[in-house]
Amino acid sequence: MSEIIKKNLSDIIDLIKKKEIKSEELANLYIDKVNKGKKLNSYITTCFEHTIQKSKEFDKKPNLNSLLPGIPLAVKDLFCTNGFKTTAGSKMLENFIPQYESTVTENLWKEGAILLGKLNCDEYAMGSSNETSYFGNVINPIAKDTVPGGSSGGSASALAADLTPATIGTDTGGSIRQPASFTGTVGLKPTYGLCSRWGIVAFASSLDQAGPMTKSVKDCSIMLEAMAGFDKKDSTSIEKEKENYSKNLKTDIKGLKIGIPKEYRVENMPKEIDELWNKGKSILKDLGADIIDISLPHTKYALPTYYIVAPAEASSNLARYDGVKYGFRSSKGNDLIEMYENTRSEGFGDEVKRRILIGTYVLSSGYYDAYYLKAQKVRQLIKKDFDENFAKVDAILTPSTPSSAFKIGEKTNDPISMYLNDIFTVPVNLAGLPAISVPAGLDKKGYPLGLQLIGKTLDEQNILNVAYAFEKNCNFKNEIKNWWL
Amino acid sequence: MSKDKFDYFIKGEKNNYEVIIGLEVHAQVSSNSKLFSGSATKFGAEPNSQVSLIDSAFPGMLPVINKECINQAIRTGLGLNAKINNNSVFDRKNYFYADLPQGYQISQYKNPIVGEGKVLLDMPYGSKEIGIERLHLEQDAGKSIHDMDPSSTYVDLNRSGIALMEIVSKPDLRSPEEVNAYIKKLRTIMRYLGTCDGNMQEGSLRADVNVSVRQVGDKNFGTRCEIKNVNSIKFMQMAIEYEAKRQVELLDEGKKIEQETRLFDTKKNETRSMRSKEDAHDYRYFPDPDLLPLKIEQKLIDDLKKTLPELPDNKKERFMSDYGLNSYEANVLVSEKEISNYYEEVAKLSDKKLAATWMMGDLFAMLNDKGLNISKSPISAKNFAELIQSIKSGEISGRIAKEVFELMVESGDNPKKIIESKGLKQQSDPKELEKIINEILTKNKDKVDQYKSGKEKLFGFFVGQVMKQSGGKANPQLTNDILKKLLKG
Repeated sequence: MSEIIKKNLSDIIDLIKKKEIKSEELANLYIDKVNKGKKLNSYITTCFEHTIQKSKEFDKKPNLNSLLPGIPLAVKDLFCTNGFKTTAGSKMLENFIPQYESTVTENLWKEGAILLGKLNCDEYAMGSSNETSYFGNVINPIAKDTVPGGSSGGSASALAADLTPATIGTDTGGSIRQPASFTGTVGLKPTYGLCSRWGIVAFASSLDQAGPMTKSVKDCSIMLEAMAGFDKKDSTSIEKEKENYSKNLKTDIKGLKIGIPKEYRVENMPKEIDELWNKGKSILKDLGADIIDISLPHTKYALPTYYIVAPAEASSNLARYDGVKYGFRSSKGNDLIEMYENTRSEGFGDEVKRRILIGTYVLSSGYYDAYYLKAQKVRQLIKKDFDENFAKVDAILTPSTPSSAFKIGEKTNDPISMYLNDIFTVPVNLAGLPAISVPAGLDKKGYPLGLQLIGKTLDEQNILNVAYAFEKNCNFKNEIKNWWL
Repeated sequence: MSKDKFDYFIKGEKNNYEVIIGLEVHAQVSSNSKLFSGSATKFGAEPNSQVSLIDSAFPGMLPVINKECINQAIRTGLGLNAKINNNSVFDRKNYFYADLPQGYQISQYKNPIVGEGKVLLDMPYGSKEIGIERLHLEQDAGKSIHDMDPSSTYVDLNRSGIALMEIVSKPDLRSPEEVNAYIKKLRTIMRYLGTCDGNMQEGSLRADVNVSVRQVGDKNFGTRCEIKNVNSIKFMQMAIEYEAKRQVELLDEGKKIEQETRLFDTKKNETRSMRSKEDAHDYRYFPDPDLLPLKIEQKLIDDLKKTLPELPDNKKERFMSDYGLNSYEANVLVSEKEISNYYEEVAKLSDKKLAATWMMGDLFAMLNDKGLNISKSPISAKNFAELIQSIKSGEISGRIAKEVFELMVESGDNPKKIIESKGLKQQSDPKELEKIINEILTKNKDKVDQYKSGKEKLFGFFVGQVMKQSGGKANPQLTNDILKKLLKG
């Protein structure tokens, strides 16, 4: 029975549909595993009573036509959940209980899923290792001294350790794809505007996008189908028909043109990443795809551009955490200004403060043109690079990350080296495009590595198909030992 | 109204100065819901009873533009003869305050929805055009209440997120009188359009006033000071007078004006420094990433243009040509939509000129006295028209008409009914009048003799006797004619 939770989401759904397992039994299996897996620190909040109650309700009147029938799911603690603590990994929201549900999670519950708990993440999704969380760092089940990546580190860790059958994260600069790569799982960042941002604690509004994190590409297509959709409550949401990603999934990629951007071969990149990339090319070539060399000349400006745009938006988005209305308020201070200063000094961690400072600086009068405005212009050039190349190719293949999972504490005192981890993922956010990270192999330490497929705007189906075909022919096997049990 | 030449200059000890004024008017958009949320916008509701999760800036909440507010801004722009921009942008203006839940106000900075326009003022010394620099949409903040508790401040977010139009004038105003005329004109236009109720007591209309002075004849502007958030025309005028004098005194002493933000203390009638230019906030404006740039189709602008009502300037011209009113009368009668409607209803049924005179005289005096709006007038337009017609036809005299008017105010009755029941109809039958006059002449033989021997002043005495006898109803013209005829005989 306990082997069931090792299965992919799609297989578990089949078991439910065939009535071989009940939702409540499934819920209990996960609850048991979550309780045993506390060492990983992947959960901030659990809500087992709610999970059991909802699974019982499902079993009484099962709707087997829904996409996620009676499936318990934990979600990143950046999605507001009605009646359940939503912390964003911050002391500021340590005891914040929303009275509303994010559109994306609401969509999941409508498709039959049941909330299992809230997963750890970097504070306000700012980080690439899940070490900035106020609730402590998360451990990658791959090895006990490694980070799971970030900011959706809790999501990746819980998924890889079978503490949830699938999950959702948010990706502002790589926060889904990088942890997916570090844990040997699949992560997809959809086109900006495909999933509603309503009810998700904001980091950088023009970049934030929710997406699925799963054990397989098929699972990924199911989850995306469930969570995506137009939402009139989000002005940047794209109005379009829902797509049946899982039904339309196919492995035939013959004749597809796959671009290989030369700028992604960066200095000091480990040889094994290069080898992995070549392996990816040859698998796709063998499947009948045309491999085409392309150039995205503005790639080198993506990271600095990102670290202007994202902190600028964050500095404004996080202004609402002032101790006045909800969340943490410092008990110190004699007037309004002192209350603000103490609340924000005590309530935010160092990385959040760093980005608020950077963001405030780049928006300041006298610096705005040199930084923010210039960054917006470069952002357009980066987008143009992609647009021009997508006239020639159907998808772009790159490594997901420049390294495998690194050691806990290894980069905490070196923000630049931490930021460099997002070098392959950030351009995609700046351009608003969809991209998926699929596990592709292991390095010599046995740590997983992922490859990234970047698609055209709203071409999720295509990159899912390529990833699906790749997955079937890659024979990747995640080697996770249960040292943490 | 006697001034026919502009004469607002401030005489310093050394020089003569001209005052330059520009206004930033904040007008609350008439709309049932807020600019970016569905919350209600009623005035005077229980504190924090009209607040959504968006207005109070809960995590993950997003603004969605209210189309009606956009339409209202476009209508207002059209009413100000202004250019409507097909592309505009909402920006965030970042600053911390307890009644600003988001930590930023969504406003429009570089690309406002409405560009340059103009407003025409009727001044005693002729008409004057005031340039409009721009109109943009922005959110109002909430309200901090400091006097409810000795140690705490309370916050009411009912206003938080309400749509405001900021209408920025060019520095074209030159006197408190022009400011008065400008604000009233703006208010009239917006009330005609139904885009802002202009209610200053409820804070629907407020202004930041920019004041500078320069020596008469000087081409360059002086350094300006901005007086923040003044909420009545009277206070604006007082603030300008004080501020202009202050600046003139400084300049005459050879001192410099510091650019700064000041506030007007209504109790002490003075402006005080709030913050200097050096302390000015850096608002770190940037385009709000939660909102797409606002695109307005030309068709929407054209459609809205077609639905605009007749605006005061056009109506004034029509009143002058159609009803034969002079510029002053027409101005007064178009100053409010309700007044113009009332007048037109009356004018349709009665003498146009006489109706205007009576409306601007007795009717306005009565309404003013009772503190009533014309829409609450105890005399309906139809009854008022009948009264005017009764005067015009000679059925009652002007004097009796005033009596009937009073009775109409008291009872709300039709004037015919009052004239009838009180027997106030004018005595216009020559035979009846001759009878009365003959009686009086017979009774006062001595006076008749004195009159005939040259004491012509006594004519007034006879008229008075006739009026007394007839209870004031005798037709004065007829009385005069008959008296003269009989006294000659």
